[in-house]
Amino acid sequence: MRAMKYPTLFAAFTGVATLPSAAGAADLAVSVEIPRLSVAEYHRPYVALWIEGPDEAAVKTLAVWYNGKLAKNEGASWLKDMRTWWRRAGRSMTLPADGVSGPTKAPGKQQLVFTAQQMTGVAPGQYNLVVEAAREVGGREVVRVPFAWPAKPGARPSTAAGITELGAISVTPKP
Amino acid sequence: MSIAIRTAIAAVIALALAPAAQAHRSWLAPSATVLSGAEPWVTVDGAISNTLFYPDHVAMRLDGLKAVGPDGAPVPIQNGSTGKYRSTFDLQLKTPGTYKISNASDGMSASYKLGGETRRWRGSATDFATAIPKEATEVQASSNSRRVETFVTSGAPSTGALKVTGKGLELEPISHPNDLVVSEKARFKLLADGKPAAGVEVEVVLGATRYRAKGQEFKVKTGADGVFEVTWPEPGMYWIEASARGQDPSGMARNFGYAATFEVLPD
Repeated sequence: MRAMKYPTLFAAFTGVATLPSAAGAADLAVSVEIPRLSVAEYHRPYVALWIEGPDEAAVKTLAVWYNGKLAKNEGASWLKDMRTWWRRAGRSMTLPADGVSGPTKAPGKQQLVFTAQQMTGVAPGQYNLVVEAAREVGGREVVRVPFAWPAKPGARPSTAAGITELGAISVTPKP
Repeated sequence: MSIAIRTAIAAVIALALAPAAQAHRSWLAPSATVLSGAEPWVTVDGAISNTLFYPDHVAMRLDGLKAVGPDGAPVPIQNGSTGKYRSTFDLQLKTPGTYKISNASDGMSASYKLGGETRRWRGSATDFATAIPKEATEVQASSNSRRVETFVTSGAPSTGALKVTGKGLELEPISHPNDLVVSEKARFKLLADGKPAAGVEVEVVLGATRYRAKGQEFKVKTGADGVFEVTWPEPGMYWIEASARGQDPSGMARNFGYAATFEVLPD
Protein backbone atom coordinates (compact mmCIF):
# COMPACT_ATOMS: atom_id res chain seq x y z
CA MET A 1 0.00 0.00 0.00
CA ARG A 2 2.87 2.33 -0.75
CA ALA A 3 2.53 5.51 -2.72
CA MET A 4 2.11 4.95 -6.45
CA LYS A 5 4.88 6.17 -8.64
CA TYR A 6 4.33 9.78 -9.51
CA PRO A 7 2.90 9.97 -13.00
CA THR A 8 4.56 12.41 -15.34
CA LEU A 9 3.75 15.73 -13.88
CA PHE A 10 1.86 17.83 -16.31
CA ALA A 11 2.93 20.80 -14.33
CA ALA A 12 6.45 20.29 -15.60
CA PHE A 13 5.41 21.52 -19.04
CA THR A 14 4.38 24.81 -17.62
CA GLY A 15 7.32 25.19 -15.35
CA VAL A 16 8.25 28.58 -16.79
CA ALA A 17 4.73 29.93 -16.63
CA THR A 18 3.96 32.56 -14.09
CA LEU A 19 2.96 31.51 -10.62
CA PRO A 20 -0.56 32.27 -9.49
CA SER A 21 -0.68 36.00 -9.07
CA ALA A 22 -2.46 36.06 -5.78
CA ALA A 23 -1.12 33.52 -3.36
CA GLY A 24 -4.11 32.10 -1.58
CA ALA A 25 -6.45 32.23 -4.55
CA ALA A 26 -5.90 28.61 -5.47
CA ASP A 27 -8.35 25.75 -4.91
CA LEU A 28 -7.98 22.00 -4.82
CA ALA A 29 -10.75 20.22 -6.65
CA VAL A 30 -11.22 16.58 -5.70
CA SER A 31 -13.55 13.93 -7.00
CA VAL A 32 -14.07 10.78 -4.94
CA GLU A 33 -16.20 7.88 -6.09
CA ILE A 34 -17.78 5.59 -3.53
CA PRO A 35 -18.64 2.39 -5.37
CA ARG A 36 -22.04 0.76 -5.22
CA LEU A 37 -21.47 -2.66 -3.68
CA SER A 38 -23.66 -5.70 -3.93
CA VAL A 39 -23.38 -7.07 -0.42
CA ALA A 40 -25.92 -8.51 2.00
CA GLU A 41 -25.30 -5.91 4.68
CA TYR A 42 -24.21 -2.50 3.44
CA HIS A 43 -23.16 0.45 5.54
CA ARG A 44 -21.76 3.62 4.06
CA PRO A 45 -18.01 3.75 4.55
CA TYR A 46 -16.16 6.05 6.89
CA VAL A 47 -13.82 8.09 4.69
CA ALA A 48 -10.86 10.33 5.48
CA LEU A 49 -9.09 12.61 2.99
CA TRP A 50 -5.75 14.06 3.90
CA ILE A 51 -2.65 15.60 2.40
CA GLU A 52 0.55 13.66 2.83
CA GLY A 53 4.07 15.01 2.41
CA PRO A 54 6.95 13.14 0.73
CA ASP A 55 7.93 11.69 4.14
CA GLU A 56 4.40 10.23 4.49
CA ALA A 57 3.65 12.61 7.35
CA ALA A 58 0.12 14.00 7.36
CA VAL A 59 0.21 17.69 6.49
CA LYS A 60 -3.50 18.36 6.80
CA THR A 61 -6.77 16.46 7.13
CA LEU A 62 -9.24 17.86 4.60
CA ALA A 63 -12.33 15.79 5.31
CA VAL A 64 -13.61 13.03 7.59
CA TRP A 65 -16.98 11.46 6.83
CA TYR A 66 -18.39 9.53 9.73
CA ASN A 67 -21.54 9.05 11.73
CA GLY A 68 -21.47 11.86 14.27
CA LYS A 69 -25.17 11.65 15.10
CA LEU A 70 -25.29 8.54 17.28
CA ALA A 71 -26.00 8.78 21.01
CA LYS A 72 -22.91 9.32 23.15
CA ASN A 73 -20.94 10.04 19.98
CA GLU A 74 -20.72 6.29 19.51
CA GLY A 75 -19.91 6.72 15.83
CA ALA A 76 -16.49 8.03 16.81
CA SER A 77 -15.54 4.62 18.17
CA TRP A 78 -14.95 3.37 14.61
CA LEU A 79 -12.78 6.27 13.50
CA LYS A 80 -9.76 4.13 14.41
CA ASP A 81 -10.73 1.68 11.65
CA MET A 82 -9.37 4.21 9.17
CA ARG A 83 -6.14 2.86 10.49
CA THR A 84 -3.60 4.75 8.45
CA TRP A 85 -5.30 8.11 8.90
CA TRP A 86 -5.90 7.38 12.58
CA ARG A 87 -2.20 6.83 13.24
CA ARG A 88 -0.97 9.69 11.08
CA ALA A 89 -3.51 12.34 12.01
CA GLY A 90 -6.88 11.30 13.43
CA ARG A 91 -5.83 10.29 16.90
CA SER A 92 -4.40 13.75 17.54
CA MET A 93 -7.50 15.60 16.30
CA THR A 94 -10.67 16.64 18.06
CA LEU A 95 -13.80 15.60 16.21
CA PRO A 96 -16.25 16.79 15.11
CA ALA A 97 -14.22 19.61 13.54
CA ASP A 98 -15.81 22.50 11.66
CA GLY A 99 -15.24 22.34 7.93
CA VAL A 100 -13.57 18.95 8.18
CA SER A 101 -16.02 16.38 9.55
CA GLY A 102 -19.30 15.57 7.89
CA PRO A 103 -21.78 12.74 7.47
CA THR A 104 -21.05 9.56 5.52
CA LYS A 105 -21.84 9.68 1.81
CA ALA A 106 -23.98 7.44 -0.37
CA PRO A 107 -22.43 5.57 -3.29
CA GLY A 108 -21.69 7.85 -6.23
CA LYS A 109 -19.29 10.64 -7.10
CA GLN A 110 -18.53 13.34 -4.58
CA GLN A 111 -17.23 16.58 -6.08
CA LEU A 112 -15.30 18.58 -3.53
CA VAL A 113 -13.50 21.88 -3.65
CA PHE A 114 -11.04 22.77 -0.93
CA THR A 115 -10.58 26.49 -0.89
CA ALA A 116 -7.36 28.42 -0.47
CA GLN A 117 -8.39 29.00 3.11
CA GLN A 118 -8.78 25.27 3.71
CA MET A 119 -5.38 24.73 2.10
CA THR A 120 -3.71 27.17 4.49
CA GLY A 121 -0.47 25.77 5.81
CA VAL A 122 0.25 23.62 2.75
CA ALA A 123 3.64 24.90 1.58
CA PRO A 124 4.54 24.72 -2.13
CA GLY A 125 5.68 21.23 -3.03
CA GLN A 126 4.78 17.70 -4.07
CA TYR A 127 2.08 15.90 -2.14
CA ASN A 128 -0.25 12.95 -2.16
CA LEU A 129 -3.92 13.30 -1.56
CA VAL A 130 -4.72 10.19 0.46
CA VAL A 131 -8.21 8.75 0.63
CA GLU A 132 -8.94 5.99 3.11
CA ALA A 133 -12.27 4.20 3.36
CA ALA A 134 -13.31 1.71 6.06
CA ARG A 135 -16.70 0.04 5.99
CA GLU A 136 -18.57 -1.69 8.80
CA VAL A 137 -18.67 -5.44 8.09
CA GLY A 138 -16.64 -4.58 5.01
CA GLY A 139 -13.09 -3.81 4.03
CA ARG A 140 -10.62 -0.98 4.14
CA GLU A 141 -8.73 0.67 1.31
CA VAL A 142 -6.20 3.47 0.91
CA VAL A 143 -5.65 5.28 -2.39
CA ARG A 144 -2.97 7.92 -3.01
CA VAL A 145 -3.10 10.54 -5.75
CA PRO A 146 -0.01 12.70 -6.31
CA PHE A 147 -0.31 16.40 -6.99
CA ALA A 148 1.80 19.55 -6.97
CA TRP A 149 0.79 22.55 -4.90
CA PRO A 150 0.11 25.32 -5.68
CA ALA A 151 -1.32 24.73 -9.13
CA LYS A 152 0.49 25.79 -12.23
CA PRO A 153 -1.74 27.21 -14.98
CA GLY A 154 -3.09 24.45 -17.15
CA ALA A 155 -2.44 21.73 -14.59
CA ARG A 156 -4.47 18.66 -15.45
CA PRO A 157 -6.10 16.23 -13.05
CA SER A 158 -4.09 13.45 -11.44
CA THR A 159 -6.11 10.30 -11.14
CA ALA A 160 -6.04 6.96 -9.37
CA ALA A 161 -8.65 4.36 -8.52
CA GLY A 162 -9.39 1.98 -5.72
CA ILE A 163 -10.21 -1.67 -6.23
CA THR A 164 -12.56 -2.67 -3.44
CA GLU A 165 -13.83 0.16 -1.24
CA LEU A 166 -13.11 3.20 -3.42
CA GLY A 167 -13.70 4.03 -7.07
CA ALA A 168 -12.04 6.66 -9.28
CA ILE A 169 -10.35 9.57 -7.54
CA SER A 170 -9.08 12.68 -9.26
CA VAL A 171 -7.26 15.71 -7.92
CA THR A 172 -7.08 19.00 -9.80
CA PRO A 173 -5.16 21.91 -8.31
CA LYS A 174 -6.65 25.10 -9.70
CA PRO A 175 -4.71 28.36 -9.95
CA MET B 1 20.67 -48.94 34.67
CA SER B 2 17.50 -49.46 36.63
CA ILE B 3 14.28 -47.94 35.47
CA ALA B 4 14.09 -45.91 38.66
CA ILE B 5 17.46 -44.31 38.04
CA ARG B 6 16.70 -43.70 34.39
CA THR B 7 13.43 -42.07 35.33
CA ALA B 8 15.25 -39.96 37.89
CA ILE B 9 17.81 -38.84 35.33
CA ALA B 10 15.08 -38.09 32.81
CA ALA B 11 13.29 -36.07 35.44
CA VAL B 12 16.41 -34.06 36.21
CA ILE B 13 16.98 -33.39 32.52
CA ALA B 14 13.34 -32.45 32.05
CA LEU B 15 13.57 -30.07 34.98
CA ALA B 16 16.69 -28.44 33.57
CA LEU B 17 15.05 -28.01 30.18
CA ALA B 18 11.67 -27.07 31.52
CA PRO B 19 11.84 -23.30 31.11
CA ALA B 20 12.88 -23.48 27.48
CA ALA B 21 11.27 -26.61 26.10
CA GLN B 22 7.88 -26.49 27.73
CA ALA B 23 7.36 -22.89 28.57
CA HIS B 24 3.96 -22.20 29.94
CA ARG B 25 3.37 -18.66 28.96
CA SER B 26 1.62 -16.07 31.08
CA TRP B 27 -0.29 -13.59 29.01
CA LEU B 28 -2.78 -10.76 29.00
CA ALA B 29 -4.69 -10.37 25.74
CA PRO B 30 -6.68 -7.15 25.26
CA SER B 31 -9.67 -7.11 22.89
CA ALA B 32 -8.24 -3.96 21.26
CA THR B 33 -5.14 -1.86 21.79
CA VAL B 34 -6.03 1.19 19.69
CA LEU B 35 -9.37 2.80 20.45
CA SER B 36 -11.32 5.90 19.48
CA GLY B 37 -14.47 7.59 20.67
CA ALA B 38 -15.61 8.70 24.08
CA GLU B 39 -14.69 6.55 27.10
CA PRO B 40 -14.26 3.25 25.24
CA TRP B 41 -14.03 -0.12 26.99
CA VAL B 42 -11.59 -2.95 26.53
CA THR B 43 -11.99 -6.48 27.77
CA VAL B 44 -8.88 -8.45 28.62
CA ASP B 45 -8.21 -12.18 28.93
CA GLY B 46 -5.49 -13.48 31.23
CA ALA B 47 -4.22 -17.03 31.12
CA ILE B 48 -1.23 -19.31 31.23
CA SER B 49 -0.87 -21.63 28.26
CA ASN B 50 1.65 -22.89 25.74
CA THR B 51 -0.02 -21.62 22.60
CA LEU B 52 -0.70 -17.92 22.22
CA PHE B 53 -3.31 -16.64 22.76
CA TYR B 54 -5.43 -19.73 23.35
CA PRO B 55 -6.49 -20.32 26.94
CA ASP B 56 -6.20 -24.08 27.31
CA HIS B 57 -4.16 -24.67 30.45
CA VAL B 58 -4.87 -22.57 33.51
CA ALA B 59 -6.44 -19.18 34.23
CA MET B 60 -4.27 -16.29 35.36
CA ARG B 61 -4.91 -15.31 38.95
CA LEU B 62 -6.02 -11.71 39.20
CA ASP B 63 -4.61 -11.01 42.70
CA GLY B 64 -1.70 -8.86 41.57
CA LEU B 65 -3.54 -7.15 38.75
CA LYS B 66 -3.31 -3.37 38.44
CA ALA B 67 -4.08 -0.80 35.79
CA VAL B 68 -2.80 2.75 35.62
CA GLY B 69 -4.20 5.52 33.48
CA PRO B 70 -2.62 8.30 31.40
CA ASP B 71 -1.96 10.38 34.55
CA GLY B 72 -0.21 7.45 36.25
CA ALA B 73 -3.05 7.00 38.75
CA PRO B 74 -4.76 3.61 39.31
CA VAL B 75 -7.79 2.74 37.21
CA PRO B 76 -10.38 0.27 38.51
CA ILE B 77 -10.45 -3.26 37.11
CA GLN B 78 -14.08 -4.12 36.47
CA ASN B 79 -16.09 -7.33 36.03
CA GLY B 80 -13.14 -9.53 36.93
CA SER B 81 -13.85 -13.22 36.84
CA THR B 82 -11.76 -16.38 36.81
CA GLY B 83 -12.86 -19.44 34.91
CA LYS B 84 -11.30 -22.80 34.28
CA TYR B 85 -8.93 -21.71 31.54
CA ARG B 86 -8.87 -17.95 31.64
CA SER B 87 -9.61 -14.92 33.71
CA THR B 88 -11.31 -11.96 32.16
CA PHE B 89 -11.87 -8.36 33.19
CA ASP B 90 -12.86 -5.00 31.75
CA LEU B 91 -11.34 -1.59 31.80
CA GLN B 92 -12.97 1.69 30.84
CA LEU B 93 -10.66 4.26 29.30
CA LYS B 94 -12.33 7.35 30.69
CA THR B 95 -9.61 9.79 29.66
CA PRO B 96 -7.70 9.73 26.36
CA GLY B 97 -4.17 8.34 26.43
CA THR B 98 -2.30 5.16 27.23
CA TYR B 99 -3.12 2.68 30.01
CA LYS B 100 -0.77 0.06 31.41
CA ILE B 101 -2.23 -3.17 32.73
CA SER B 102 0.14 -5.31 34.77
CA ASN B 103 0.04 -8.37 36.95
CA ALA B 104 3.11 -8.33 39.16
CA SER B 105 4.06 -10.74 41.89
CA ASP B 106 6.90 -10.85 44.37
CA GLY B 107 7.78 -13.83 46.47
CA MET B 108 10.59 -15.75 48.05
CA SER B 109 11.77 -19.29 47.93
CA ALA B 110 14.32 -21.03 50.07
CA SER B 111 15.90 -24.39 50.64
CA TYR B 112 17.58 -25.48 53.83
CA LYS B 113 18.72 -28.53 55.74
CA LEU B 114 17.07 -29.63 58.92
CA GLY B 115 18.09 -32.87 60.62
CA GLY B 116 19.89 -34.04 57.50
CA GLU B 117 16.87 -33.48 55.32
CA THR B 118 16.59 -30.89 52.57
CA ARG B 119 13.45 -28.81 52.82
CA ARG B 120 11.93 -26.21 50.58
CA TRP B 121 9.84 -23.20 51.35
CA ARG B 122 7.91 -20.69 49.29
CA GLY B 123 6.14 -17.60 50.51
CA SER B 124 6.17 -13.87 50.92
CA ALA B 125 9.15 -11.77 51.96
CA THR B 126 7.41 -10.78 55.20
CA ASP B 127 6.93 -14.43 56.19
CA PHE B 128 10.50 -15.38 55.37
CA ALA B 129 12.02 -14.22 58.66
CA THR B 130 9.82 -16.56 60.68
CA ALA B 131 9.40 -19.39 58.19
CA ILE B 132 12.86 -20.91 58.43
CA PRO B 133 13.58 -22.78 61.68
CA LYS B 134 16.46 -21.43 63.77
CA GLU B 135 18.26 -24.79 63.65
CA ALA B 136 18.23 -24.86 59.83
CA THR B 137 21.57 -25.01 58.05
CA GLU B 138 22.66 -24.33 54.46
CA VAL B 139 19.85 -21.85 53.99
CA GLN B 140 19.68 -20.70 50.38
CA ALA B 141 17.07 -18.09 49.72
CA SER B 142 16.11 -16.19 46.62
CA SER B 143 13.46 -13.64 45.82
CA ASN B 144 11.36 -13.96 42.71
CA SER B 145 9.73 -11.12 40.87
CA ARG B 146 7.44 -11.66 37.90
CA ARG B 147 5.50 -9.19 35.82
CA VAL B 148 3.04 -9.64 32.95
CA GLU B 149 1.83 -6.55 31.11
CA THR B 150 -0.09 -5.13 28.23
CA PHE B 151 -0.99 -1.65 27.02
CA VAL B 152 -4.07 -0.02 25.51
CA THR B 153 -4.61 3.49 24.16
CA SER B 154 -7.65 5.66 23.60
CA GLY B 155 -6.90 8.47 21.14
CA ALA B 156 -3.28 9.59 20.92
CA PRO B 157 -0.64 7.54 22.77
CA SER B 158 0.77 9.09 25.94
CA THR B 159 3.60 8.21 28.30
CA GLY B 160 2.28 8.98 31.80
CA ALA B 161 1.32 5.34 32.43
CA LEU B 162 4.61 3.93 31.20
CA LYS B 163 6.75 4.96 34.17
CA VAL B 164 8.57 2.03 35.72
CA THR B 165 8.38 1.19 39.42
CA GLY B 166 12.05 0.27 39.81
CA LYS B 167 11.03 -3.15 41.12
CA GLY B 168 11.53 -6.41 39.25
CA LEU B 169 12.15 -6.75 35.54
CA GLU B 170 10.39 -3.98 33.64
CA LEU B 171 10.07 -2.54 30.19
CA GLU B 172 10.84 1.09 29.54
CA PRO B 173 9.42 1.83 26.11
CA ILE B 174 11.49 3.77 23.60
CA SER B 175 9.01 2.92 20.85
CA HIS B 176 5.50 3.44 22.14
CA PRO B 177 3.88 0.02 22.78
CA ASN B 178 0.61 1.14 21.14
CA ASP B 179 2.25 2.72 18.11
CA LEU B 180 3.82 -0.36 16.53
CA VAL B 181 3.58 -1.05 12.82
CA VAL B 182 5.19 -3.81 10.82
CA SER B 183 7.33 -1.47 8.70
CA GLU B 184 9.08 0.10 11.69
CA LYS B 185 11.59 -1.47 14.05
CA ALA B 186 10.68 -1.20 17.70
CA ARG B 187 13.10 -0.46 20.53
CA PHE B 188 12.57 -1.05 24.23
CA LYS B 189 14.76 -0.95 27.31
CA LEU B 190 14.73 -3.71 29.88
CA LEU B 191 15.38 -2.75 33.48
CA ALA B 192 16.08 -5.06 36.45
CA ASP B 193 15.20 -3.32 39.71
CA GLY B 194 15.50 -0.04 37.82
CA LYS B 195 18.93 -0.71 36.30
CA PRO B 196 19.63 -1.65 32.65
CA ALA B 197 19.37 -5.43 32.20
CA ALA B 198 22.32 -6.15 29.90
CA GLY B 199 22.76 -9.26 27.78
CA VAL B 200 19.29 -10.63 28.51
CA GLU B 201 17.62 -12.80 25.89
CA VAL B 202 14.15 -11.67 24.90
CA GLU B 203 11.87 -14.16 23.22
CA VAL B 204 9.42 -12.78 20.68
CA VAL B 205 6.44 -14.95 19.71
CA LEU B 206 3.62 -14.20 17.28
CA GLY B 207 0.17 -15.34 18.40
CA ALA B 208 -2.59 -17.04 16.41
CA THR B 209 -0.40 -19.99 15.49
CA ARG B 210 -3.25 -22.49 15.32
CA TYR B 211 -3.74 -22.09 11.60
CA ARG B 212 -0.09 -22.06 10.62
CA ALA B 213 2.30 -24.89 9.94
CA LYS B 214 5.04 -23.00 11.69
CA GLY B 215 4.86 -20.22 14.24
CA GLN B 216 6.96 -17.08 14.27
CA GLU B 217 9.37 -17.22 17.20
CA PHE B 218 12.77 -15.65 17.60
CA LYS B 219 15.12 -14.23 20.18
CA VAL B 220 16.89 -10.91 20.51
CA LYS B 221 19.36 -9.79 23.14
CA THR B 222 19.61 -6.60 25.16
CA GLY B 223 22.76 -4.50 24.81
CA ALA B 224 24.88 -3.09 27.63
CA ASP B 225 22.29 -0.32 28.02
CA GLY B 226 19.45 -2.86 28.36
CA VAL B 227 18.02 -1.86 24.98
CA PHE B 228 16.71 -4.42 22.51
CA GLU B 229 15.31 -4.00 19.03
CA VAL B 230 12.59 -6.00 17.33
CA THR B 231 11.82 -6.26 13.63
CA TRP B 232 8.27 -7.55 13.33
CA PRO B 233 7.99 -10.13 10.55
CA GLU B 234 4.27 -9.52 10.07
CA PRO B 235 1.33 -7.78 11.74
CA GLY B 236 -0.34 -9.48 14.67
CA MET B 237 -0.53 -9.84 18.42
CA TYR B 238 2.92 -10.55 19.82
CA TRP B 239 4.11 -11.83 23.17
CA ILE B 240 7.58 -11.12 24.48
CA GLU B 241 9.24 -12.75 27.44
CA ALA B 242 12.53 -12.30 29.27
CA SER B 243 14.03 -13.72 32.40
CA ALA B 244 17.13 -12.69 34.28
CA ARG B 245 19.02 -13.32 37.48
CA GLY B 246 20.62 -10.80 39.77
CA GLN B 247 21.22 -9.96 43.38
CA ASP B 248 19.54 -7.63 45.77
CA PRO B 249 21.65 -5.15 47.80
CA SER B 250 22.07 -7.76 50.57
CA GLY B 251 23.52 -10.22 48.06
CA MET B 252 20.46 -12.46 47.97
CA ALA B 253 19.73 -14.05 44.59
CA ARG B 254 16.95 -12.41 42.57
CA ASN B 255 15.03 -14.17 39.80
CA PHE B 256 13.23 -11.90 37.39
CA GLY B 257 10.57 -12.62 34.82
CA TYR B 258 8.84 -10.25 32.43
CA ALA B 259 6.23 -10.84 29.73
CA ALA B 260 4.17 -8.44 27.66
CA THR B 261 1.65 -8.46 24.84
CA PHE B 262 1.91 -5.97 21.96
CA GLU B 263 -0.23 -5.50 18.92
CA VAL B 264 1.64 -4.76 15.70
CA LEU B 265 -0.53 -3.28 12.97
CA PRO B 266 -0.16 -3.39 9.21
CA ASP B 267 0.93 -0.09 7.65
